[in-house]
Amino acid sequence: MAEELLVPAAEAGFSSGDQTVIAAAISEIARNILMYAKRGEISLRTVLNGDLDGVVVVARDQGPGIPDVARALQDGYSTSGGLGLGLPGARRLMDDFDVVSAPGKGTTVTMKKWRRRHA
Amino acid sequence: MEVPILKQGLYLIASIQSALTDADLSQLREALIERVGKFRARGVIVDVTALDVMDSFAVRTLRDIAHMARLRGAETVIVGIQPEVAFAMVQLGLTLKGVSTALDLEEGLAFLDRQAQERVERTRGRITRG
Repeated sequence: MAEELLVPAAEAGFSSGDQTVIAAAISEIARNILMYAKRGEISLRTVLNGDLDGVVVVARDQGPGIPDVARALQDGYSTSGGLGLGLPGARRLMDDFDVVSAPGKGTTVTMKKWRRRHA
Repeated sequence: MEVPILKQGLYLIASIQSALTDADLSQLREALIERVGKFRARGVIVDVTALDVMDSFAVRTLRDIAHMARLRGAETVIVGIQPEVAFAMVQLGLTLKGVSTALDLEEGLAFLDRQAQERVERTRGRITRG
């Protein structure tokens, strides 16, 4: 699944190392969706910002939401009996990381990875 | 996709060929643990060279395989973790604590041979000392 999603990243010139990192982050976020919300959607697109190429991953679900986002971003915090590494781990792998969530309103995770464009 | 498991002497070699689903990984774990007994294997090598993504479930399953195999009398070595995968694992906080690793299949086999050799020497030591 992650491989198909990564086609835009490859086309944007991200190295295989970066693609692995992005895929690992997507995998953890997808696992969270399956565990808490059961279903959701993940989209990936490329963006330009000055001389930077970026990949933006948006993962959206209509699940139960996260009561305490700050705590969910701490290592080892989990309400599912999981390892509690998904969100903080994905955040470390990516450059920008943003979580919007409220109880009963679902969760949207937006994460970005940047690379310098070669002239 | 089912992972082929080869028997080579006293060792079992599972060579992962492509990305695996959670179900595939669980199936591999069951198959390896069962075959350790069936073939009286002393060593297990799981080759992950072809994997370009390892998430928390994959790492946990590899750790489970190693610990379960040890309980059944076989030593496990994970071989072929790619540099990018190692990087992502560390960033994610995923560890293979208590699990042996080696660079590639060749090193993995050498590691298991050394372990077997040490086992023989320990036994001999006990006998000569009486």
